Amino acid sequence: MRLRPLQIILWIAATAAVATFSAVRWWPATDDTATAAAAFAPAFTLADSEGRIRSTAEFRGKFLLVFFGFTSCPDVCPTTLSEVAQVMDDLGSDAESVQPIFISIDPERDKRLGLADYTKAFHPAILGLAGSEEETKSAAASFKIFYEREADTSSPDGYTMAHSPGLYLISPDGEWLRQFTYGTSAAEILSDLQSRL
Amino acid sequence: MKHFLLATALVLSAPAAMACETVTIGDLTVEHAWSKVTIGAGRPGVFYVEIKNTGTSDDALVGIATPAAGMPMLHETVVQDGIASMPHAMSIPVPAGQSVQLAPGGYHGMLMGLTTALKEGDSFPVTLSFEKAGEVTVNVVVLSLRAEGPDCADAGQ
Repeated sequence: MRLRPLQIILWIAATAAVATFSAVRWWPATDDTATAAAAFAPAFTLADSEGRIRSTAEFRGKFLLVFFGFTSCPDVCPTTLSEVAQVMDDLGSDAESVQPIFISIDPERDKRLGLADYTKAFHPAILGLAGSEEETKSAAASFKIFYEREADTSSPDGYTMAHSPGLYLISPDGEWLRQFTYGTSAAEILSDLQSRL
Repeated sequence: MKHFLLATALVLSAPAAMACETVTIGDLTVEHAWSKVTIGAGRPGVFYVEIKNTGTSDDALVGIATPAAGMPMLHETVVQDGIASMPHAMSIPVPAGQSVQLAPGGYHGMLMGLTTALKEGDSFPVTLSFEKAGEVTVNVVVLSLRAEGPDCADAGQ
């Protein structure tokens, strides 16, 4: 019986090892991508302009073109959204296989200014999402993108947003496929999409 | 139908033609001034233009003013290490013998405090202040959200 404390410790260690192993081994598989272990599946759960919660899972079966931005951005964001709009028009009947999504990184102000008015002015197919600060952070982290609020007296309301300006393509299975860097032309994005459809 | 198309083409090209006006001050030529539709007046508008310096001394654009916006400022879109930011530009150099474009993805005027939303086909004056050449006013035409610049025969973009 003198070994009992040691036995307890060993049992705890063994149990912990099994638990850790299972977690490491099986956690990725319970992620909704049952495919390749190395694949990474960005995820978001964010409200649309009508307050409905939209999440990545509901878009399975469609390619997602995701852009993070803010509606008070006069130069970068309109340029990218215009390209997305052009791509959606040029896709013709294939457009239904692609869901363009604009995720606000400045959700409070964008909700106040009106998100749907903004996205629809570019293209009616673009879905605008604006969540809480936490939800936005978590969505950005899952896409591995950066954004930051910067104090700037020469910008509206005294601040501007620095952000990753890429456009991200997600597969119908929810996996990250690629990014189109800022400035990629609509024609290039279109031909990439058409090669996958 | 032909006449209708022709008329439509003429109407559509009228504002673009205005953006093709050229204004000169000293050795500077200012042309292709344009802006984009804004969604409401609460978001800033944008101002793009092309400046050519045919002289032998450097100049710089140091400010813009317009009745269309309470707080127009010069900014630059900078993409560094994959992050886009938009620092305030104190002045935009216009070196001797060169031309400078305020164009999507680079230098631009940001028109904050718009008096009214900018609609396609609208136009408004913008006064540019140069360090040496002084002030010059150009007419800015508002193009569609998807426009990449005015469609001028001699446009450099």
